[in-house]
Amino acid sequence: MFSKAYSAAVHGIDAVMISVEADISDGLPIFDMVGYLASEVKEARERVRIALKNAGYHIPAKRITVNLSPADIRKEGTAFDLPVAIAILTALGHLPQEDLKGTLIVGELSLNGNVNKVNGVLPIVYEAKERGYERCIIPKENAGEGAVVSGIRTYGVASLSEAVELLSGRASRKEEAIDLDTLFEQANQEDGMDFCEVAGQRAAKRAIEIAVSGLHNILMIGPPGSGKTMLAKRIPTIMPELSFEESMELSKIYSIAGLMNQQALIVRRPFRSPHHTITTTALIGGGRIPKPGEISLAHHGVLFLDELPEFQKNAIEVLRQPLEEKAVTVARLGASYQYPASCMLVAAMNPCSCGYYPDRNRCDCSINMVKRYLGRISQPLLDRFDICIEALQMNYQDLHGGGPQESSQEIRKRVEIARQMQLERYRGQKIYFNSQLTPKTIKKYCRLNSAEQSLLEEAFVKLNLSARAYHRILKVARTIADLEQSERITSKHISEAICYRSIDQKYWGE
Amino acid sequence: MLQEEYRYWLANLPGIGPRKINQLLQIFGSAQEVYSAGSEVLQALKRDGLLMGHFEEKDLETILTNRNAEKIKLQYAKLQRDGIYFVSREEEGYPQKLLPIFDAPYGLYYKGRLPGQEEKLLAVVGARDCSPYGIEMTNYLAAAIARAGIAVVSGLARGIDSYAHTAAVGVGGTSYAVLGCGIDICYPRENLKLYMKLWQEGGIISEYPPGTSPFAGNFPMRNRIISGLSDGILLIEAKEKSGSLITVDYGLEQGKEIYVLPGRANDRLSAGCNNLIKMGAKLVTTPRDILEDLIMNYEQSVDELKKNNKLLESTGKIVYASLCLEPKHIEGIAAETGLGMDIVMEQLLLLELQGFIKQPMKNYFVQCSY
Repeated sequence: MFSKAYSAAVHGIDAVMISVEADISDGLPIFDMVGYLASEVKEARERVRIALKNAGYHIPAKRITVNLSPADIRKEGTAFDLPVAIAILTALGHLPQEDLKGTLIVGELSLNGNVNKVNGVLPIVYEAKERGYERCIIPKENAGEGAVVSGIRTYGVASLSEAVELLSGRASRKEEAIDLDTLFEQANQEDGMDFCEVAGQRAAKRAIEIAVSGLHNILMIGPPGSGKTMLAKRIPTIMPELSFEESMELSKIYSIAGLMNQQALIVRRPFRSPHHTITTTALIGGGRIPKPGEISLAHHGVLFLDELPEFQKNAIEVLRQPLEEKAVTVARLGASYQYPASCMLVAAMNPCSCGYYPDRNRCDCSINMVKRYLGRISQPLLDRFDICIEALQMNYQDLHGGGPQESSQEIRKRVEIARQMQLERYRGQKIYFNSQLTPKTIKKYCRLNSAEQSLLEEAFVKLNLSARAYHRILKVARTIADLEQSERITSKHISEAICYRSIDQKYWGE
Repeated sequence: MLQEEYRYWLANLPGIGPRKINQLLQIFGSAQEVYSAGSEVLQALKRDGLLMGHFEEKDLETILTNRNAEKIKLQYAKLQRDGIYFVSREEEGYPQKLLPIFDAPYGLYYKGRLPGQEEKLLAVVGARDCSPYGIEMTNYLAAAIARAGIAVVSGLARGIDSYAHTAAVGVGGTSYAVLGCGIDICYPRENLKLYMKLWQEGGIISEYPPGTSPFAGNFPMRNRIISGLSDGILLIEAKEKSGSLITVDYGLEQGKEIYVLPGRANDRLSAGCNNLIKMGAKLVTTPRDILEDLIMNYEQSVDELKKNNKLLESTGKIVYASLCLEPKHIEGIAAETGLGMDIVMEQLLLLELQGFIKQPMKNYFVQCSY
């Protein structure tokens, strides 16, 4: 007898529907699975056979053939165990075929018949809803993820027999539900970190505020212990809250990467801080079975690279293109996958190998050594940082006194205003932040009056700026003006932007 | 062979240094006589104990076997083709100031010109890894001294040496570099521009034959020439165990005046300087302190530190006043002046564009002293 169940496979950050067909006919007792399967899918044969037996079903000595179609897409992962088992049970007549109509099933089986969690449930359920499916059966542990998608009924099951009962309608179950509002509210409350904990560092804080407002990448240079990491960790706290769409997109990535950790939705902006020994693949994504890398996991959040010069050169160089395109494309023989990667890049480094330059009482590095240390980062990558700021060694006054510090809440209010200004200005275009301005659009949106023009011209000549530096200064000046809710860019804004201009290897040291 | 060629030959005998040459000249009178002395004569001298010290059998061998006239002529011609001059102690052009040094080099190679016998010279030496304070003060002092007509002599090393040379030729003054390697080698390489400039505007001097690599051992030796040529030595930024102190030691032996730029009490980079001041070296804060010794009837002709403040508007003045020659971070400036970060940045840019202040490193500022 022939039967058909529906399941899905993850492809990039989206899902494709897969139908699982089972047929039981006379012949030699064989359990065969076909349909361009990876070895973990082929192994489903053993898991399904034993799980069925342990769940109390008798498998007759007949020829069982399972086909996963479309047969030209490579099937990977363990999510097909449960649909295969259900399809076989249907073919055996334990379940009527009508019950499987409009039902999407995913789940991994363990030998005792329990259903284990799988990766990528969120994009799968989302895709099922889009395709007009009525209900989804997913592992209990992934129930939260599935419940987030509205417009489709999802049921979490803990075992094979539970799934059978549910499908046959013998047990009536309530669908999974989750209250998104409370979820988002909780996220805002339980955030432990705050900018008010960082003493001093006025310049760095100001630079970070500007960077977040215009989504500029920022490089912090400072001696060890000056609080660079502490500052970076608090950057997500001043970013505007995640919208539902953003959260959905982000959760899809985390769902595929298997990093949901029982959460229903990622509701907080991510802060990813990979160690400097990270490989290229782990950073931008890829691998034999393509997975999103750190840059995608930091989507809508912060990717923090501490000790930038210590990273493998080729690992950080590959960041250049994804940073521009806000997406990573991983091409494989079978298909190419695209992962979104719209993150803010924050990097920190010491000014020299000992870390104390220009404090000559502590630093013994020669100018050449200092230059060589910076030289480990290529100029093109350096050009990706719109803002570069020196973090200063903190002194006792900063740590002890210094009065109350601004809280993240207050800073975030200003950031939100600046972002609102940008959204309104660029409405109807594919620009959302000042950092995305191109030389052409800079001309349009960063108009200068003659006084400012002459100031910038003088600075350009005297400070030996490059064309790229010129554009970066204008973009940052635009954001500084936005923070003050000023449409006009004044000379004050320009001077501040020049102060944050990124270092040029040529002008490093004397 | 020409007289010069004999002298060139004598200066280039391997293993025979200034002291052995001294002895030979005392006996034979001239390089030509040494060249033509027979083996028996030399052996007799050795036997009679007239050749003392480290004179060994192999040195005599060297003198006897290295007498290839063709080769010497070729080498000497090549020197002249390369624009390298050779001067020996027997000639008049040789700097007379070096003669009193007991192991003064027998011959000197130079490009450009040698200091005149009456020319006043000041040696400016100091740390390779110097601070912005050292750089600013070197620029200021060396420029002022060069403007007053005194040539600056130094070692073409990184750091203070290079800044001193650059500042001196930058104001149209004269500067001489004494190298620790062959005259045709520019070490360190990055000073090539300066090397070419000194060739035009002053001179490059070395006691080592062309092609000699910059061996570490050569450098302390060349310091005796730097101090020997000079009328005074200005020391800028030296750690407690700095190589520049070797120059000062030679200078003290040779009876030169020592001038020292003070650093702050806790500056490691100026610890050597401050020690010398404690021992009685002359403390220098303005070019005047040096010039009044070197120039007779020196009058107030040196311009003092520019008083730029008049030209600045009041917030600019506050920001400018908070700066010094130590690099200061924008955050420190903002805290000190009590001004907002944005205002401070605006003022700093204006001051920098007007040339009143400099940014030795990003976000750190110093006053410009000249």
